[in-house]
Amino acid sequence: MIFSGLDIGSRTTALVSVSESGEIGDWKVVDTGYDPKGRIAELSNGLDPGSIVATGYGRSLAKESGVGGIITEIMACALGANELDSLCDTVLDIGGQDIKVISLNGRGEVEDFEMNDRCAAGTGKFMEIMANALGCEVEIFGDTAGDSSEGLKINSMCTVFAESEVISLITSGEDRGKIVRALHESIVERCASLANRLDIGERVMVVGGAAKNGVLVDLLSKRLNRKVSVPDEPQIAVALGAAVEARRRFCK
Amino acid sequence: MAEDYCKMWEALGLDLEAHDQLLGVIPPLYQEVYLNQEKRPKSMDYFDFVVMEIHGLRIKELQDHKAKGGKVVGSFCLYAPEEIVTAAGAISVGLCSGAEIGFSEAEKYLPRNTCSLIKSFLGFKLAKVCPYVESCDLLVGETTCDGKKKAFELLNDFAPVHVLETPQMKREKDRELWRSELMEFKGVMEGLTGSEIDAQSLKNSIAVSNAKRRALQRLNELRKNDPAPISGKDALLIEQIAFYDDPVRFTSKVEELNAELEGRVARGEGVSEKGAVRILMSGCPMAIPNWKLPHIVENSGAVIVGEESCIGHRYFRDLIDETGNSVEELVSAIADRYLKIDCACFTPNDERIQNVKDLANDYGVNGVVHYSLQFCDPYTIEYARVKKALDDSRMPVLKIDTDYSQEDVGQIKTRFDAFVEMIGSGVRV
Repeated sequence: MIFSGLDIGSRTTALVSVSESGEIGDWKVVDTGYDPKGRIAELSNGLDPGSIVATGYGRSLAKESGVGGIITEIMACALGANELDSLCDTVLDIGGQDIKVISLNGRGEVEDFEMNDRCAAGTGKFMEIMANALGCEVEIFGDTAGDSSEGLKINSMCTVFAESEVISLITSGEDRGKIVRALHESIVERCASLANRLDIGERVMVVGGAAKNGVLVDLLSKRLNRKVSVPDEPQIAVALGAAVEARRRFCK
Repeated sequence: MAEDYCKMWEALGLDLEAHDQLLGVIPPLYQEVYLNQEKRPKSMDYFDFVVMEIHGLRIKELQDHKAKGGKVVGSFCLYAPEEIVTAAGAISVGLCSGAEIGFSEAEKYLPRNTCSLIKSFLGFKLAKVCPYVESCDLLVGETTCDGKKKAFELLNDFAPVHVLETPQMKREKDRELWRSELMEFKGVMEGLTGSEIDAQSLKNSIAVSNAKRRALQRLNELRKNDPAPISGKDALLIEQIAFYDDPVRFTSKVEELNAELEGRVARGEGVSEKGAVRILMSGCPMAIPNWKLPHIVENSGAVIVGEESCIGHRYFRDLIDETGNSVEELVSAIADRYLKIDCACFTPNDERIQNVKDLANDYGVNGVVHYSLQFCDPYTIEYARVKKALDDSRMPVLKIDTDYSQEDVGQIKTRFDAFVEMIGSGVRV
């Protein structure tokens, strides 16, 4: 019997399946686009809806489509992080449109959490817009960062104003590598200030699409003064947590 | 609402088109938030009626009072003493400021980054959509927070405002200032109404407001039971109506409700399942018709069992000492009682921290939701101390900082659902 987690996010929708013994099986990530209901139907095709737990901002849509249960992405993120590393005590999820930090207790449960979902600063959206302004694909954005920003700072917190700032820097002939590094430092600063509202533990994991950016993770590690781990597929960590919950509910 | 109300609204100088739009929003909203609830006490019928007649019957009562030469005084805050207003024979009305109305007019004067409550009270006046404001002969303001202090200066250009200086601290010299402010206010009310305020009229007013507070205290005692016999939304609605309905009638209707709820408690009947997550709301007040957060919370299956707020416990927790015999003694008793209100505008405000802990304990809550309006410095800054105290007593707390818009309903729901999941897993026990 397999159990699946469906994470319907603002940018991407992910489905992950686990077996009864906990082995991670098939997984898929697609763009949510304009038709989340369509994505839900596509991804859950062939699966017993009762064996699926949905999470993410689109979870109530999935509930309407008949999935077995729904949990918030906070709980799902904690379960996913715990499944990937049972000693993880802090997880930072840098999502498409929000960032969240979660403290886990010894049993992998949510002890405390903080979210920034009011503003795009520090999120994947911020990175996309900046990459676009610099004529770069967001997937390789980190590769274009220089070794040092040499004290260059992006002053604006707001994504829209930061984009204007970047364009001004480009037109004034500023080195692109420095700009990209400064942007990464800005994102890390936002994440750190959110994380510092909690008691950050010792074993920090980063998940979400942005965690694939090695430069970002490196800078985060330095800023938090801790080693930061990234799972092989950081974009499916939350969906994995939902799958773990699906298995738990069935096996209760 | 009846046709004669239109003539009445026109006579008050309301912008009829804008007013109609505002009124049109209420019935479907009220249906969704209130009437769709299950297992509501029958006695809520009266309060539903009051809301349906919100700009009708009560306004007519105010006009009839004015036609006989009576005065109406509007206030915005708990520190405005209703007893001094009513002792002069005037009617005291709390002006709501709980909706995003007239914001574009208000933002001609106020910065965008102003708390919604302040934008609302200025907006209501400027947009000419509130018959309560238009019925007032005098408005009472106070120097509680910076925003209100400066907004009253602007409001005074449009309607006369008498500002009370509420002290910053609660030492003896501050009490003396406050007593003298209320004695001066007594003079203002006498001037406005042409009636002398003597000891007997003060005693009568105090008796009426004490009775109202006692009724609300009894209502809230009943919410200590599990299952809760009444929803948080219904209790909040009653607490909101307390500020503008006729006090004697209101009190008797609350007592009828209390009797019905006592019956429910005896039979173990509640509005939710026994063992449903119990929440204490704490922080800024939710003025009518601000129901956004309680609606999200109770839709998630939790039940709110108390409001540690001005529209809540701070309003009815303390009674006025009725034993005085002279005007000075009675005004002093009024002043002393009002200074017990633990608003974050005062410093230090340790008593609030203790009150939040005590309420959370006494009501057997599973968690506290701290509610603050965006840009409200006193409450958003005091939160850090509230959080520390609750963390120390292992009481889970969720901070919600928001405004009157509907934009963040999804985000708030996610946070609250995650909070319930967290409490449910037995964390912190």
